[in-house]
Amino acid sequence: MFPSAFEYHRPSSVQEAVQLLANNPEAKVLAGGHSLLPAMKLRLAAPAALVDIGRIPGLRGIQVSGDGSVVIGALTTYLDLLDSGELRQGYPIIAETANVVGDPHVRARGTLGGSLAHCDPAADFTAVMLALNASVKAVGTGGERIIPVDDLFVGLLTTSLNPDEIITEIHLPAVGGRKLGMAYEKHAHPASGYAVVGVAAVIEIDGNTAKSVRIGVTGAPEYAKRATAAENALTGQQLTADAIAQAANVATEGLGELNGDVYASPEYRAHLVRVMTRRALTRAAGLS
Amino acid sequence: MAETTTAPAKVAVSMTVNGKQYTAEVEPRMLLVHFLRETLGLTGTHVGCDTSSCGACVVHMNGESVKSCTVLAVQADGAEITTIEGLGQDGQLHPVQEGFWEMHGLQCGYCTPGMIMTGAALLKRNPNPTEEEIRHALEGNLCRCTGYQNIVRAIQYAADKMRG
Repeated sequence: MFPSAFEYHRPSSVQEAVQLLANNPEAKVLAGGHSLLPAMKLRLAAPAALVDIGRIPGLRGIQVSGDGSVVIGALTTYLDLLDSGELRQGYPIIAETANVVGDPHVRARGTLGGSLAHCDPAADFTAVMLALNASVKAVGTGGERIIPVDDLFVGLLTTSLNPDEIITEIHLPAVGGRKLGMAYEKHAHPASGYAVVGVAAVIEIDGNTAKSVRIGVTGAPEYAKRATAAENALTGQQLTADAIAQAANVATEGLGELNGDVYASPEYRAHLVRVMTRRALTRAAGLS
Repeated sequence: MAETTTAPAKVAVSMTVNGKQYTAEVEPRMLLVHFLRETLGLTGTHVGCDTSSCGACVVHMNGESVKSCTVLAVQADGAEITTIEGLGQDGQLHPVQEGFWEMHGLQCGYCTPGMIMTGAALLKRNPNPTEEEIRHALEGNLCRCTGYQNIVRAIQYAADKMRG
């Protein structure tokens, strides 16, 4: 099964890549290719040109600063994330999640930047990056800007990136002296491995209290969103099983219409959102 | 008048496959698995599902296991590729291949090249995997005959043998 024919471009710099995108409105960016190539083989996508950013130097790697803030290059693979001992110290949720993306072969090729730019409704890292309050650096012909992940996902397979913009870095905030508890709970489709529902929770813990809470949900909503009602319900509360259960009960509020397909109805997904939220919060709070 | 389209320009690729250097001109849309099977004649790597699910096409690219049906040949330009044909050395089976033989890790054999390449990649990363870790590593490889039991045993056999 071949994709449709396309023009192939292999730029050697980000500037060259964004210029190619500006000049070829029908072009798509190729990173690891593990969402794009399967779609092209099924002819769900047939871009006239591919801009292969896979060899641009400097886009792959993980830098952790002394304050715990992290810069991850967009071409960093899931396997790189899984193997980073340094990242595991402040942000263990990343290795935990990388270990449940796809399978070993997908993890060797798929990239974090590609996942966020693709914005698949069943991706794992979209939810995790929302919970971590991450932001991305986007570079286009007009310059560069920082986009909080909160403002990145705007629709099904749709981001707020301009057509000539490429994500070059993912930024995680400084941990500083904060105590962060975090967990990702995924109900994977047994055949595809994609998230039927996935919930990422990050709690800033002050003593026994949830000082702040961020929850990202994937699989159920049209695109990954924050469960703000559940966040608000738990913020400022003592971290008890009861408080977590009450927060989880309102986890679907504000997520909009939920996805339904032959495998899982919207009602079932709503149930899974509540269950996965409770599990993720429980583990993030250190209560499991 | 009918619209005419010209085929996109071919691209030169060169890669090392099983220790041998190859160079060819390919269409950009050519998948690595087709390059291996059709251009190089290395038909040990199989095409199963064609939708990035089954893992029959797994090869090693720069030391990591990849699905060669989901990599363009142009993306593998300059890479080191190992296929099932290149796994054994000096006429000796690789321990994972031997494990599949000894533990009856196959029936029809269609998934076997991908299973073996996956097992070999796992043992390079993790020489002493638990059964659970082996099963987790096999999540991207489908077998419709064996029920996986003997595939897991074959990889355990190889792990034991490689540890000496």
